[in-house]
Amino acid sequence: MPAPFSKSADRRLRIVALAVGTGGLAALALATYLGSPEVRETGYAPRQPVEYSHKLHAGDLGIDCRYCHYTVEKSAFAALPPTEVCMNCHVRVKKDSPLLEPVRESHASGRPIPWVRVHRLPDYVYFNHRAHVTAGVSCVSCHGRVDQMIVVRQVKPLSMTWCLDCHRNPAPNLRPVEEVTNLGWQPDRDPAEIGREILEANQIQPPTNCSGCHR
Amino acid sequence: MANELTGKHYWRSLDELTGTPEFREWLHREFPEGASELTSPHSRRRLLKLMAASFGLAGLISCRRPEERILPLAERPEDYIPGNPLYYATAMTVGGLATGLIVEAHDGHPTKIEGNPKHPASLGAASALAQASILNLYDPDRSQRVLENGRPSSWERFSQAVPNLFPAPGEGVWVLSEPASSPSLGAVRRHFLDRFPRAQWVDYDPLSRSAELQGARIAFGRRLQPQYDFSKAEVIFALDCDFLGVDVPSLRAVKQFAKGRHVENEHDSMNRLYVAESAFSITGAMADHRFRIKPSGAAALALALAGKGNGAPYWLDILRRDLEAHRGRSLVVAGPRQPAAVHALVWLINAELGNLGETVWFTEPPLPPSPQSVGDLAAALEAGEVKTLLILGGNPAFDAPADAELAARLEKAGTVIHLGAEVNETARAAHWHLPEAHYLEAWGDARALDGTASVQQPLIRPLYEGKTAAETLALVSGYPQQRGYDIVRTYWMERFSGDKERAWRRALHDGVIEGTAFAPVEVALRRDAVDAEAAKLAASLEGQSGLEVAFYPSASVWDGRFANNGWLQEMPDPMTKLVWDNAALLSPATARELGVETGDVLRLEREGRSIEVPVYVMPGQADGAIALEVGYGRRNVGRVGNGVGHDVYPLRTAATMGYAAGVSASPAGRRYKLVTTQEHHVMEGRPLVLEATIEHYRTEPDFVDQAVHVPEPESLYEHPDLTGEYQWGMAIDLNACTGCNACLVACQVENNIAIVGKKEVARGREMHWIRLDRYFTGDIADPRAVFQPVACQQCEHAPCENVCPVAATSHSPEGLNDMVYNRCVGTRYCSNNCPYKVRRFNFLDWHGDVPGVKKLVFNPDVTVRMRGVMEKCTYCVQRIQEKKIQAKTEGRRQIEDGEIVTACQQTCPADAIVFGNIADPNSRVSQVKKRNRDYVMLAELNVKPRTSYLAKLRNPNPELALAETNGGGHASMHGPAPPGASPFRILNSAEGV
Repeated sequence: MPAPFSKSADRRLRIVALAVGTGGLAALALATYLGSPEVRETGYAPRQPVEYSHKLHAGDLGIDCRYCHYTVEKSAFAALPPTEVCMNCHVRVKKDSPLLEPVRESHASGRPIPWVRVHRLPDYVYFNHRAHVTAGVSCVSCHGRVDQMIVVRQVKPLSMTWCLDCHRNPAPNLRPVEEVTNLGWQPDRDPAEIGREILEANQIQPPTNCSGCHR
Repeated sequence: MANELTGKHYWRSLDELTGTPEFREWLHREFPEGASELTSPHSRRRLLKLMAASFGLAGLISCRRPEERILPLAERPEDYIPGNPLYYATAMTVGGLATGLIVEAHDGHPTKIEGNPKHPASLGAASALAQASILNLYDPDRSQRVLENGRPSSWERFSQAVPNLFPAPGEGVWVLSEPASSPSLGAVRRHFLDRFPRAQWVDYDPLSRSAELQGARIAFGRRLQPQYDFSKAEVIFALDCDFLGVDVPSLRAVKQFAKGRHVENEHDSMNRLYVAESAFSITGAMADHRFRIKPSGAAALALALAGKGNGAPYWLDILRRDLEAHRGRSLVVAGPRQPAAVHALVWLINAELGNLGETVWFTEPPLPPSPQSVGDLAAALEAGEVKTLLILGGNPAFDAPADAELAARLEKAGTVIHLGAEVNETARAAHWHLPEAHYLEAWGDARALDGTASVQQPLIRPLYEGKTAAETLALVSGYPQQRGYDIVRTYWMERFSGDKERAWRRALHDGVIEGTAFAPVEVALRRDAVDAEAAKLAASLEGQSGLEVAFYPSASVWDGRFANNGWLQEMPDPMTKLVWDNAALLSPATARELGVETGDVLRLEREGRSIEVPVYVMPGQADGAIALEVGYGRRNVGRVGNGVGHDVYPLRTAATMGYAAGVSASPAGRRYKLVTTQEHHVMEGRPLVLEATIEHYRTEPDFVDQAVHVPEPESLYEHPDLTGEYQWGMAIDLNACTGCNACLVACQVENNIAIVGKKEVARGREMHWIRLDRYFTGDIADPRAVFQPVACQQCEHAPCENVCPVAATSHSPEGLNDMVYNRCVGTRYCSNNCPYKVRRFNFLDWHGDVPGVKKLVFNPDVTVRMRGVMEKCTYCVQRIQEKKIQAKTEGRRQIEDGEIVTACQQTCPADAIVFGNIADPNSRVSQVKKRNRDYVMLAELNVKPRTSYLAKLRNPNPELALAETNGGGHASMHGPAPPGASPFRILNSAEGV
């Protein structure tokens, strides 16, 4: 009776097991990488109902962020501008542009423009714009150089570890409050040193306990 | 009497006291039966199938991010900052009288109701009913459109029909309205009656308190409204009057009464409360002396106290002496169930005690008298004289006196028009049904008991087609103004002087219209009239015998109007702790006599009318008297309230609106499952409530330390890193707490706490973060009761934190025991290890099927929890964080004391809850915690809770206490001791951990 397994069976089994094991680990690593907020969340740049360019308005024309996002210092939520804010200028500027049709339509009808949310946090996270902006955390720390973006995209992962990195060491992201909306701010000395000074002067102690963000 | 503490033991139910096997079984289960089963609507097998499928799909779905839209308003309203709440003053009307409220609105929809400190009926507090009324606004079962013979119609069609329905002089036109103090509605009503001079008008409130006004008419010759000041009263005698609960507009009364209960130290004085009542009320629980009487016994007591009767009980002379010793500083009050003659006697007694103008005075009544009665309407219906009946609000087909037989007689009217918030029992009998607007979506006005007028300001545009009673009446009568806003504004603008626009804005801002309170009226006692009524009353008492039933407002559903409100249905009754039900409350002796026990259905009969109600044996209930709560057993109210409880109105006639004698009772031979929360989360008889007489307190000011002092052992646990600038703590004064449930509902609204339903409460799955433990002590038949609100104690050495495998609960540097819902995996170890049993687990997805419109009630500052997640009190951490951020961004570094108020603290009418920074020795909470009555529960565990309690005090009359121990007719029988050790054990240092 021939042996049920050949001499090389063990060896072949080992190779197969190794291949399956390695492949499995590689797949797991790949899935972890692809599923990480850095990959999954960053780069999201949905098409908006109005082809609005932040580069043109905030960058080239130099309109301050707070002209449109007017609640950022007063509320947890950085409000999107009411249509009448757009129309402050656009009743005169480019008043017949076809690109502005949805804006004029909204202004006439009173119905909101359905903007698509780009930066999204889970419902159980209570981020507060007011607390950050008035402490000297610039828009750029979380939103990147929006003044250079034609279409806004998410550039930071907005994950919990990413939040905590800054909450544990906030100095690098602090700047004088008046420079918060100056996205291209270039200080004349070491920004880290300025951050440390602000940290000490204003006794900034970002919470790292759970209820700081989860309620 | 030497030491009130020793040997005293506390029990929560008869089952616990007698130690029935069922109770011990319940107690020793780690989690209630069936708690780990996944029940309806899907089986476990089906769940696994679904889960497998969803995991498969999850991989695909996660590649695409859900698209979320942001819709900014095209035009921004003034003052509106997206994300920040706005607050408006308004007023809620129940029984025609206003309670001033401050309502919080998030992004255009109201989310939370609090009291208006400037309003005399609120003084900053809001009752459980007022707070929960916001859920009625978002009730998807609310009446949404006009119905004509049950078919959808419109206001236009109704206005076309008006000329035919209301012919010119108003012959055969009847209006049945809820009583209203609203000045602008009064103006429309006068216009209506001018236009239709032959029309007849009836005001009806099933829970009317008009007896005290009629009593004043007897005593002083005029229908007058009594106004009380309980804060000035040092000795109070409540005669069948639950003035801290349901029998007077109670928020103001509780605020005033609590002033006499806030005892700072052993040298302080305290008011004394005597209560004679039939059903055990929360006023009875606060009493220093409580006497059980049948409802009819109140009349005999009033007669005896006024010196017009004999056969007074032994204690009445002692009470009289105590009252006389406090002339001008005492108060006698009678409840609305008592006839006018009893009230007249009470005014006589107060006059003789020199209390008139001191603790009680009289003003014009805010509610006008009803020209006709429901009985008149019933007679006219029977005679076929009613061509058109306009019913403005209310639900008379359900709650009118049974002998009026209104439900059946409505068929005899030509046309019945019903304006109501629900398509209820009356709407079903009406030809036209008109949807009534909720008070949070309509303009109006109303007076408080003292006459102060408020403008009722809407927080949101009407969700459906609702109109108010004033708007409907304006439509019918062709009033010059048709919109609610115009009716109210025009009325008041005509009355303001000076800068009218400014006065209007001030009225809206403050929530009260200055100078509208009624002035006190000079009264002269008419002794002859009172004597005559007293003689009639004495004669009517002759020969009364047999069982008596008394009708009480429900603390949950009131007269039935809140039956579709899940928060209120699930709110345990303050005394019985029953949820989702009413019951016939019987004393243990009466139950024995009738051969029934809790859960047996009892058949009650009187004059050919009968009802069937389940029995609940209630310690402290008067023998021979049955207490019935009205408002349950609604048939047409909505998905939540249909068929909940038992309708007792069929036994209540026009002559017996308060109580009825001569009732026969027999077991119906059925059983019915009643559910209470009183045995849930029991802490097995450890010393939780501490109580002493004020005399004992004076001789031993440190009685609390004697009772719970333990040496400070080292803890095995690592001390948390309490580096925060603020250290939060709370103190609850058991001496002020009345157990009214306002905090429980405030917490539920603020923190998005789920409603679970009767079946799940039976399994011990109720979600309330605050529970109000009600302990009895003493004799089974005639115990005393104590309340203790228990929420998370925020232990510094929190036992829950050490057992969480995923660190979902951990300590904040400010001493809060944080709970992270998104991290919780639902092991329930924390709940198991919690010595206070204050953690609540989402066994099912309670919020999963919340209808869309109901989601508007959620507080956006608090996470809505899903299934499988543990939750608990966090000292309203969202409010703490909000104020901290505000303080920081405004450049202020320190939060002021009292700036942060928790939801429970804010609404407590007794100001029993104090919250603040215990790191600041000058904060109010630190000051309160320094008092010698301060103790923590289960101190021997050394978990260092941040919530402490101030021990309860009683102020018994020494003379009467002596008479009681001598057995002066007062029962002194004690119930059988429970098996094992006494549930109340005093720990001394030797006995410590």
